[in-house]
Amino acid sequence: MPTAVEYCSSLLGSPVPISEFKGNIRLVIPAEKIYAVLSGLKSSVGYDMLCDLAGIDYLNYPEATDRYAVLYSLTNTSTGERVFLKTFVNDPEPELPSVVALWEGANWMEREVFDMFGITFTGHPDLRRILMPDAFVGHPLRKDYPLRGYGERHNFPTLTRAES
Amino acid sequence: MAMKLDDSVFVAPLDQLANWVRKHSLWPMPFATACCGIELMATASSRYDISRFGAEAMRFTPRQCDVMIVAGRVVMKMVPVMQRIWLQMPEPKWCISMGACASSGGVFDTYAVVQGIDRFIPVDVYVPGCPPRPEQLIRAVLDLQEKVQKTGTINGREFAKRTKYEGPAPLADELGAAELVVAPGNYASGKRSRGLPIVSNN
Amino acid sequence: MPLELLDPAADTSLDSEYLYTLNFGPQHPATHTTLRLVLTLDGETIVKAVPDIGYLHSGFEKLGEDLDFNQYVTVVDRMNYISPVANEIAWVHSVEKLLGIDITPRCKYIRTILAELGRISDHLLCVAAASLDLGGLTTFFYAFNEREKVYDIIESASGQRFHPSYCRVGGMMNDITPDVVQKIRDFVRDFGKAQADIARLLNKNKIFIERTKGVGVLTREEAINRSVSGPVARASGLLRDLRKDEPYLAYGELQSSFKVVASKGGDCLSRYLVRMGEMAESIKIIAAAVENIPGGAMNIDVNEKTNIPSKQETYRTIEGLIQHFELFMWNRRFETPINEVYGANETANGELGFYVVSDGTGKPFRARTRPPSFIHFALFPHLMEGHQISDVPAILGSLNIIAAELDR
Repeated sequence: MPTAVEYCSSLLGSPVPISEFKGNIRLVIPAEKIYAVLSGLKSSVGYDMLCDLAGIDYLNYPEATDRYAVLYSLTNTSTGERVFLKTFVNDPEPELPSVVALWEGANWMEREVFDMFGITFTGHPDLRRILMPDAFVGHPLRKDYPLRGYGERHNFPTLTRAES
Repeated sequence: MAMKLDDSVFVAPLDQLANWVRKHSLWPMPFATACCGIELMATASSRYDISRFGAEAMRFTPRQCDVMIVAGRVVMKMVPVMQRIWLQMPEPKWCISMGACASSGGVFDTYAVVQGIDRFIPVDVYVPGCPPRPEQLIRAVLDLQEKVQKTGTINGREFAKRTKYEGPAPLADELGAAELVVAPGNYASGKRSRGLPIVSNN
Repeated sequence: MPLELLDPAADTSLDSEYLYTLNFGPQHPATHTTLRLVLTLDGETIVKAVPDIGYLHSGFEKLGEDLDFNQYVTVVDRMNYISPVANEIAWVHSVEKLLGIDITPRCKYIRTILAELGRISDHLLCVAAASLDLGGLTTFFYAFNEREKVYDIIESASGQRFHPSYCRVGGMMNDITPDVVQKIRDFVRDFGKAQADIARLLNKNKIFIERTKGVGVLTREEAINRSVSGPVARASGLLRDLRKDEPYLAYGELQSSFKVVASKGGDCLSRYLVRMGEMAESIKIIAAAVENIPGGAMNIDVNEKTNIPSKQETYRTIEGLIQHFELFMWNRRFETPINEVYGANETANGELGFYVVSDGTGKPFRARTRPPSFIHFALFPHLMEGHQISDVPAILGSLNIIAAELDR
């Protein structure tokens, strides 16, 4: 069985950019190839579990060229190996193919990334907000969203003793 | 009337009698959202045993309860639920705000957490701590008992005077028109704000 | 009444004449915390279950970007609030991995003991709450008795019984006293009896068995497909335990003292039995660790410039004072590599991982949590299919959903 790096390089046709730090292997995959790479890693290399799917906003990050990244953390449950795939997307319409067809576990994780970062996943069966109220505007984990919000948290009517 | 009363009979104003009965059977509505809820469970279980103070009958339906214990932080999505549960409780009713998060937002000064439930519902007793020790919650129940004994009336006349908003200055009013944002829920009209026009979102 | 709770399950494709919708939560005793289920029912059978979460979304990850590595320990505590210390240990594990800190052997052992105590207290509450929802109140009192002892140990060690904020990057807040060691020994000695009491109440209880056996079955394939970890995965036969697979802290040295508990059933009863078995294994780990706590310093040396010096060092030595200012002044803080790292721990609920992105300043640029409860609650509609409404508390209780970890 090929390693994840060999497999990705052969699939992409060029050496895949690797960064390794403290035992974490991270590969950067272009957004248009991500679905093919993930599906190949699942079927041919044995990375059968999607451990985590997270969004990162690289606004004002040192030497960052792209705005958002989506991180796929894969685990091989028989050997315990991990590999991290990262793919970058940009404004105005950050968009990635959904991997729910590969892993059912990605369902809620993609919804969370959509809710928090506004990255849409095409082909997702049920892409709604998951943590914030449906009517909420904005994506809280984006770096340009203030920590204390725009005052949404105070915008509720008050009940007094007389009314209740 | 020359009837001699037995020693076991005593005479008291009806208000005081009602207070005496009420304060020793406060039925809490555990509105437990987060960490404090676990301490609330600890208070109810064997070591601390809140039933010594007559408040062990936790009822999860607001219609049977006297005191709402808000244990844990309340976030935007939860505020309408909390208000609705508060409205469903029959009079007379009291509210204990348990823990730093419920009282002031605690460490969670973020976009989602309301900075104190007293901005949205009336609160009678605040319990500090993150989370408060069970002893502190028991102290709060005792304080509430004292409040009931001192201010209570049989038909709830004491609430009639409390028509004004008692909490801290509502922050939403302090925002200017330009900063007005879409409300996550509109309590007065009973509508979610899905279709409301957005004045500004940045 | 005001407030129209919208129905996210509104689905016109089902024959609506026989079906009705039941709103379960967000304030409901069986949910323990705040989560909401919209159930579509055909009689008592559940046709469709749509979870609606976010009723406790407090912006943990956003807050993490605003606090430095040591400050965030306090907030991480509140994530899985029935085993707070385990969260701290997972967080500082990731940060220490990022900063390349190798903690002292003594600290490793203390953290291992605390993590296992956290696991026990988590499983105790899970078992207690599951049985409470199925009508067994006594288990709840028995379990809380033991949890109080865990609280006592943590309180003697750190000063706070619930959310201790005990860990620091590079060590602990303070060293433990012999009194704590004695309390841990007592706890280890007595726990077996308490657990046997709980087992006697439940293991042969006809009501409990019938309401959990064969209910909410998760197969091994589905467990992998749905990213499940921890006791829920092991109950489905997925033998994965980070304590064995990627040993961290002192688990490498304590390998021989514990086994991985697993089951093939995949139903609620298996999950309960796995949790009971794990508590027994945890006690073995604690028993082995508490007798072998190495001597020496608790924190790494102050000259490594990554840990908060103790008050003694701050006031008495110049290095300590400088180091204190270096870490606490807003414009100094930690020196971090511009890089990112993923560190995961096996907490009571499963794999709790933190993906820390650092931009070279003292604060994390992004502190992503991999929350096991979030992933396990996503299972719920799958497990619920075709079951009856009385199975909802059984399945919820067996998954051990903690709302603060679910919504963060």
